[in-house]
Amino acid sequence: MAPMPYYVSPEQMMKDRADYARKGIARGKSIVSVECSPGILIVAENPSETLHKISEIYDRIAFAAVGKYNEFENFRIAGVRLADLRGYSYSREDVTAKSVANAYAQALGTIFTQEMKPFEIEILVAQVGETPDSDEMYRVLYDGSLQDEQGVVAMGGHAEALMQSLQNGYQPGLDLGAALRLGGQALAAADPERPLRAQVLEVALLDRSRPRRAFRRLSDAQVEELLQGGS
Amino acid sequence: MTGPFDTPPDWARAAFSSDPNPSFADLVRRVDPGMLPAAEGSTPIAIPHGTTILALRFGDGIVMAGDRRATEGFSIADRRMEKVFPADEFSAVAIAGAAGPAIDIVRLLQVELEHYEKLEGDPLSLEGKANRLAQMIKQNFPLAMQGLVVVPLFGGYDTRRSEGRIFRYDAVGGRYEDIDFHSTGSGGVHARASLKKSYKKDLNREQAVRAAVEALVDASDEDAATGGPDLERNIFPIVAVVTNEGYTVVPDDELRPIVEAILADRGRS
Repeated sequence: MAPMPYYVSPEQMMKDRADYARKGIARGKSIVSVECSPGILIVAENPSETLHKISEIYDRIAFAAVGKYNEFENFRIAGVRLADLRGYSYSREDVTAKSVANAYAQALGTIFTQEMKPFEIEILVAQVGETPDSDEMYRVLYDGSLQDEQGVVAMGGHAEALMQSLQNGYQPGLDLGAALRLGGQALAAADPERPLRAQVLEVALLDRSRPRRAFRRLSDAQVEELLQGGS
Repeated sequence: MTGPFDTPPDWARAAFSSDPNPSFADLVRRVDPGMLPAAEGSTPIAIPHGTTILALRFGDGIVMAGDRRATEGFSIADRRMEKVFPADEFSAVAIAGAAGPAIDIVRLLQVELEHYEKLEGDPLSLEGKANRLAQMIKQNFPLAMQGLVVVPLFGGYDTRRSEGRIFRYDAVGGRYEDIDFHSTGSGGVHARASLKKSYKKDLNREQAVRAAVEALVDASDEDAATGGPDLERNIFPIVAVVTNEGYTVVPDDELRPIVEAILADRGRS
């Protein structure tokens, strides 16, 4: 006799999937992002020099993700492809963080409901504007929900504690050094077992002052100097 | 129903596919081949043609330059056309021949190089960039057969070898490296003869820029389709320099005294 098919309510199924994804994300390392006067600064806990969590998508747009590397790497590539296709077939100005974030939300939403296992990732799509007022940050959750963020963003493990300490120290118009120290100290405070050193941080800035491609990575030496009080 | 921020479904399918190919041109071919430069279509009878371009190596890198004239049959189509472009931070591309397809190829090349760099995390080698351009010209072959020939020059600073390198192409995508200088387009023969006299190994930047401008002046003296510098209307050639510090364009303020000196030497300033 075939085994009886058992019934799981849709609510329970979605809750189980969400719990699974949330737990996976919470186990991983974190990323914080801070809007500041030179641009948008993104800081990730990442000991690897070559497997990046923060990357360039387009002229003014950056990507950052937490969770499983193989899962978000596909999204990074898809973002670059979509942005380059849009910029090539229309114009470079027509590529926006919003359109990239929207494509991510659609794809993650579909995966969350239709695949065996939800993706254990969260993605930040940031776009630097000419002035801090026109900066944009979108956060895409594992289930495809899309959030419009302002000022600071924290994702990954200890996200709530991180957000708390970021919000305590954040004010508009921080310089680069202050923004990096805010982000770095929040990461260090959220997990005291991990010491704050330049070598374990991956830091990138969407630099408002650069003419076209705003994305640049900060070297360990630059990060160390800024952590020690530089600006 | 699609809104302004929705992605066309075939774009999304290609973008999220697990195909690891980092080529942008191949991506466009999968999504919509009509967007590629070599799309087949009817050939207009008279279209603008770019004329003289050149490149030479010097001690710190390369100089690439082009005159500003585009012709349409016996008419001047454009007095201020730009034929020298940055391909990426460390390379330059100059175009002669049918302007429309040439500019399309440059645009595709620029996205191709940046796309590769973003996906792979490292830029292509200079030789890799030169080869990609050769493949694009090869794909333009059907149009070349109809008379829309595109013959670019490509060059840049090879960060691995720490030297400048230049490459020329034929209409079917053949790629040849030049160790000193080359020029092409309708006035290319005259520019080349001029460079042959002024070129020396390890010129400095100033000498190399002057040699480039002088070669373009010589070409414009002999070839009706090549535009000379026009001091009255402030039209100067586009002269780009690529070194280990990247791609820069020599500003008109710097070119004016060079042009004046060249014309003065010829006793007609």
